[in-house]
Amino acid sequence: MYVAVKGGERAIDAAHAWLAEERRGDLSVAEMSIAQIRNQLRLAVNRVMAEGSLFDPDLAALAIKQSRGDLIEAVFLIRAYRTTLPRFGATQPIDTAQMACIRRISATFKDLPGGQILGPTFDYTHRLLDFKLAAEGQLPPQAAPTAPPVRASMPHVTGLLDQDDLIQPEVDAGLAPPDLTRSPMELPAARALRLQALARGDEGFVLSMAYSTQRGYGRTHAFVGELRIGMVRVSMEIPELGFAVEIGEIEVTECETVNQFKGSKTEPPQFTRGYGLTLGQNERKSIAMSLVDRALRWRELGEDWSGAPAQDEEFVLMHADNVQATGFLEHIKLPHYVDFQSELEMVRKLRAEARAYKEAAE
Amino acid sequence: MTLISTIAADRPLLHVDNLTKSYGGRVGCADVGFDLWPGEVLGIVGESGSGKSTLLSCLAGHMAPDQGTVVFETASGPRDVLSLSEPERRRLARTDWAYVHQNPRDGLRMGVSAGGNVGERLMAVGARHYGQIREKASDWLGRVEIDTGRIDDRPSAFSGGMQQRLQIARNLVTGPRLVFMDEPTGGLDVSVQARLLDLLRGLVRQMGLSVIIVTHDLAVVRLLADRLMVMKSGRVVEQGLTDQVLDDPQHAYTQLLVSSVLQV
Amino acid sequence: MTDQAYNFAYLDEQTKRMIRRALLKAVAIPGYQVPFASREMPMPYGWGTGGVQVTAACLTPDDVLKVIDQGADDTTNAVSIRKFFQRTAGVEVTQSTALASVIQTRHRIPETALSAGQILVYQVPIPEPLRFLEPRETETRKMHELEEYGLMHVKLYEDIARHGQIATSYAYPVKVEGRYVMDPSPIPKFDNPKLSGSAALQLFGAGREQRIYALPPFTDVVSLDFDDHPFTPTKANHDCDLCGASASYLDEVIIDDQGSRMFVCSDTDFCETRREMGHVGRLGTPSNKGAQA
Repeated sequence: MYVAVKGGERAIDAAHAWLAEERRGDLSVAEMSIAQIRNQLRLAVNRVMAEGSLFDPDLAALAIKQSRGDLIEAVFLIRAYRTTLPRFGATQPIDTAQMACIRRISATFKDLPGGQILGPTFDYTHRLLDFKLAAEGQLPPQAAPTAPPVRASMPHVTGLLDQDDLIQPEVDAGLAPPDLTRSPMELPAARALRLQALARGDEGFVLSMAYSTQRGYGRTHAFVGELRIGMVRVSMEIPELGFAVEIGEIEVTECETVNQFKGSKTEPPQFTRGYGLTLGQNERKSIAMSLVDRALRWRELGEDWSGAPAQDEEFVLMHADNVQATGFLEHIKLPHYVDFQSELEMVRKLRAEARAYKEAAE
Repeated sequence: MTLISTIAADRPLLHVDNLTKSYGGRVGCADVGFDLWPGEVLGIVGESGSGKSTLLSCLAGHMAPDQGTVVFETASGPRDVLSLSEPERRRLARTDWAYVHQNPRDGLRMGVSAGGNVGERLMAVGARHYGQIREKASDWLGRVEIDTGRIDDRPSAFSGGMQQRLQIARNLVTGPRLVFMDEPTGGLDVSVQARLLDLLRGLVRQMGLSVIIVTHDLAVVRLLADRLMVMKSGRVVEQGLTDQVLDDPQHAYTQLLVSSVLQV
Repeated sequence: MTDQAYNFAYLDEQTKRMIRRALLKAVAIPGYQVPFASREMPMPYGWGTGGVQVTAACLTPDDVLKVIDQGADDTTNAVSIRKFFQRTAGVEVTQSTALASVIQTRHRIPETALSAGQILVYQVPIPEPLRFLEPRETETRKMHELEEYGLMHVKLYEDIARHGQIATSYAYPVKVEGRYVMDPSPIPKFDNPKLSGSAALQLFGAGREQRIYALPPFTDVVSLDFDDHPFTPTKANHDCDLCGASASYLDEVIIDDQGSRMFVCSDTDFCETRREMGHVGRLGTPSNKGAQA
């Protein structure tokens, strides 16, 4: 008797119960707390916040716990939650020159006003497994030497270049940036929309796109003019009050690249810029983002279309979102037997006709 | 061809005035003007960098010139091509106009069979009978000397000369009123060129085509063009009847061009 | 029972209003793909987020909802979506095509003819019928704008040249009211004739691609073809082995290790209704509703 499609409801309930059991794992191992994830897996939390487009370390940590460490699944949970939140308005632009930097480096100048701040970075660690970490809870790590946080205004490297006209100026178009989560993507996209899409784009995708430009597919000769990480104040104008009020602080990573100069017989050469900004400490993503941003600006900067994937706005923007990508990729495991049946009939029919034709010919 | 007789003979098919295009500080083409009359073949010659390809791109609407007018005599009267909306320009491009690219890959769909390539323009203007589309495609393959047995082969399986002939068939199948050709014999061997030229000449005469053909090859225009425009550094330095310009060149640059290909 | 933490049918009223505006536009221009600001839903893209958003924007508390996937009410994703709306909207649900006021579907049109007042909501993965001929959205939108559909026919031409017939068996492209070429979603071409002149309102939602389109009642929908190679809807050349129906779309099921097959209606409601009426197929047993429960 034919029963294959029956029992869907019971199967789903059972599968969910099993999933919950698997998530918790061996009961003799202590359960992870949200605070542990938030504090000890901070870079994972940062990635989930950046790609989920929501600054909330506790929720991001919860999403990581619920998704069993599948970060794209965690991003998805955050996005789905974010959709249900009421939207009060837009904040004022954050002022990254006022950032309380925990890290600030420039690859283009040996020293600069405000100085280089190395900060908590993997950059100069030796990648040797540290087996001391396997001995949990034995010894607290040695306290790092501290200096008071740098609160003084920290000028941007690109601003210093701009003073001498050495870099292409950024002009505020005076337009309110569009909101990708409230209106459909329309192409061609203005730079604000491109940056928005890249900021929440998949880290791996943006990284690979940026890497491809370095290997010659849309090369832009990027230097990291400046990379800075730290807390910035977020202010919002309250209509009832008529002035802006500081509503909190968020951690961001900002990268500005200084790229190959352009110029012609009539226009003197200038350096050009790429820009990356992500929520939380997220260096790889923000550097990659600024390279891709720069590659996408080829038209505006009068460069040639070389056919490189990273120059192709539609290609990059339509494929950067991992929640979209993973959904469409994985949906092919849903039942398709109606479609497959129609293909089956077609192939059988074509084969029968080919056979008849061959027999008739013989 | 009957099409020609329907066009008011007192007006040119294409009237071009003061066409100018520069790239930054460099001149692409400057102050170009001419009339093309129905059934006429105009050759534009010059060495590479002379601005002839820029001019053709501007005329065909692939590139926006900085200034000038290009007036085309449409079925419903003269229209400034440069002020056409994108939809209007595309409609023109798939009905009244045809464009033969130097590289057949730019003008063909390499993943579509020869028959499909020729049939596309027919289907774009509403043909919906498979048998008739196929018959017409087959007829056109014959006219451009491609074995009709190869109608279901893709152009990637064709030689360069065959690809170019296929591109010509694809363009002419709907009887366009104006054909742009950009170095149609450009990438071909000399013997293949001769055969293609012969074929083109036959089609042009037979169909009474109005053609603007850009080439650096004087042999091509000698065979095909009624009239000639010689370009240098973006400007027209001499124009006139083909035989006149080639046999009695006035401008020093034209004299140089002609003398360098005396063997033709 | 409704989950009080969420608005009726999950989406907030602003979002529903945005979707309804897109729906109105879509109804006004049959077959035209209207961009809409698709929201992230609590199910993945590809699982029917477009259809779910359209259904959410259409539902009222008095509606009776039916959800099918591959024609069946009890496939896992149909169950999951039905539960979602039971939980967030508390609407009555049904498996009966005739009793439903809103039907959300993936890949099928019910066999039972729809009637005036019913809404059929399709889940759409790729709304653009020209996508596999031209990957660029900027280009395909232009092609629709200018009615540049020659390329679509080139594809059909190539099919015939190669196979002797048009070899598209599902998601078979249609032309709506002589204007827009439309993807009917991946329904088998057997279902295409039901698109045209339907008394019901047909709405199509593509969540990931952020597009909504519609066929208002009694819209003329023509499957693309050639005069001398007319469109033909096809199905497996069998009767349903359970209910004996000869004109319904069939699923092929492999029933033993030797590869024996049976063919059964893909529309489970249609099949069960017939069996309750006493129809019995080759391998079927007379229906006994009481014994199944």
